[in-house]
Amino acid sequence: MSEMPENNTQGAVAAVAAQQCPVLEFRNVSIAFDGPPVLEDVSFRVAPGETRILLGPAGVGKSVLLKLANGLLCPDEGNILLFGEEIAGMREEKLFPLRTRTGMVFQEGALFDSLTVRDNVAYQLIQEQVDDAEIDSRVREALSFVGLAETFSLFPSSLSGGMRRRVAIARALIHQPELIFYDSPTGGLDPVTSTTIIELVMKERDVYHVPSLIVTHRLQDAFMMCSHRYDAAQERMVPLPRGESHPTTTFLMLAEGRLIFDGSLHDLVHSEDPFVREFLE
Amino acid sequence: MAFESLDRAAKQIVLTVQDYSIFAGNAFLNLFRPPIYWSEFLMQADIIGVGSAMIVLLSGFFTGGVLALQSAATLSAFGATGITGRFVSMSMIRELGPVLTGIMVSGRNASSMASELGSMVVTEQIDAMRALGVDPLRKLVTPRIFACISMLFFLTIVADAFGIFGGAAVTVFMNHQNATQYFSMAWEYLRYPDVLQGLVKPLFFGYIIASTGCFYGLRTTGGTQGVGRSTISAVVNSSVLIIFVDFLISQVMIELFAR
Repeated sequence: MSEMPENNTQGAVAAVAAQQCPVLEFRNVSIAFDGPPVLEDVSFRVAPGETRILLGPAGVGKSVLLKLANGLLCPDEGNILLFGEEIAGMREEKLFPLRTRTGMVFQEGALFDSLTVRDNVAYQLIQEQVDDAEIDSRVREALSFVGLAETFSLFPSSLSGGMRRRVAIARALIHQPELIFYDSPTGGLDPVTSTTIIELVMKERDVYHVPSLIVTHRLQDAFMMCSHRYDAAQERMVPLPRGESHPTTTFLMLAEGRLIFDGSLHDLVHSEDPFVREFLE
Repeated sequence: MAFESLDRAAKQIVLTVQDYSIFAGNAFLNLFRPPIYWSEFLMQADIIGVGSAMIVLLSGFFTGGVLALQSAATLSAFGATGITGRFVSMSMIRELGPVLTGIMVSGRNASSMASELGSMVVTEQIDAMRALGVDPLRKLVTPRIFACISMLFFLTIVADAFGIFGGAAVTVFMNHQNATQYFSMAWEYLRYPDVLQGLVKPLFFGYIIASTGCFYGLRTTGGTQGVGRSTISAVVNSSVLIIFVDFLISQVMIELFAR
């Protein structure tokens, strides 16, 4: 009983966030590759300051959705609005400035293996011909954020999977993006490293309040994002009071190319949809 | 069933040609539009130019030698072994220098471009580059095309020179003829249109090698196996295209200079 008012408060916060002009909006988006549709009639929004966790089994089209959101793929039907601009069908040259306002963490990190960690993290700054001294200081700051300051001059081949993922996060954050996409940031990692990555994602959410779209099929990561917050004073994540969930972290779920759920943690765990129930169980 | 698969294959070929034309056209236009990544250009020029110098030098030298051996055997039947130098220099400069260099560089560099870019595609590095707001066509393809065109031009000159030296070595040390006669024959009958023909071809071939290598690399699908397939396609198609374009240019040049 005592949970109801808290859930109502969280719902109200989420509703206020959703009413603001979204940083990302999908309207009836469909895409297919030489076969049945991978995504069909998908619609949702990401409001400023909101963290949306996209759940679904492997191979359901989560990464495709993320690539559509960043204009790396073009939908067959529907509209995608990124920072209020329609990007479906937009020319690649016009997309580049928009993409520089976003950060993207790829599934396996996608670090440039011929460049050092410093050059990987500073890639965008180097293209903008930022002064070398400033690049070094910003790279060190970004690497410290992910706890990898000592890897500055190493090559990606000498890093572990988890370290690569953290360097990829540093690369995505160095330009202070207005929206971040995480593509299975903990996929294939051991539980300890996964928790470190989730803590970083949480830190970005709670310290800088940057909206994000997180793709994952790991429920434990998704629930941890909802049940914890990052405490800047203690420099670690702490659990929220029992029965409370993070107010601006909400869920989406894909099944067979369709969006079958869009709502809060409370709505998710109380959903009657058989697929959602099966997925959660 | 057979007709359907034939139909699909034909459409696939037309689609590939269309995609390649758009890709190659855009890459060519980028040569004249900023930003041009000069550091990438210099790095690629080093990989293509300096890296291929030895194989081009050796293949040119031995091809010139073989030409001298074979032609001397035939020419001796007419008592005309004295014109071996003319035969070797003309063949090397007009035809064999550019084509051999093109094929050698294609085998070495079109394959490396396709496999390098293909690996970047399958590990999502190309998507990462696009997500970071950088155009892979400008950053990766244009410098490779620019470097390949300029380096192939100089490599062809190296191949021509060493081909003539190879012919001279065979003529002097194996056929026991006069070196002065060989070189004067090689020089005397050479005309500007011959040199022009030999130096125009590498410009086209360089463009073909780099654009084909990058094109197949960037359209890689299917993981590491796909990288292998792209590499094969790049080398095979660029080699065939080089020989085909060589035929066209030779025809045009012969028509133009009536020789």
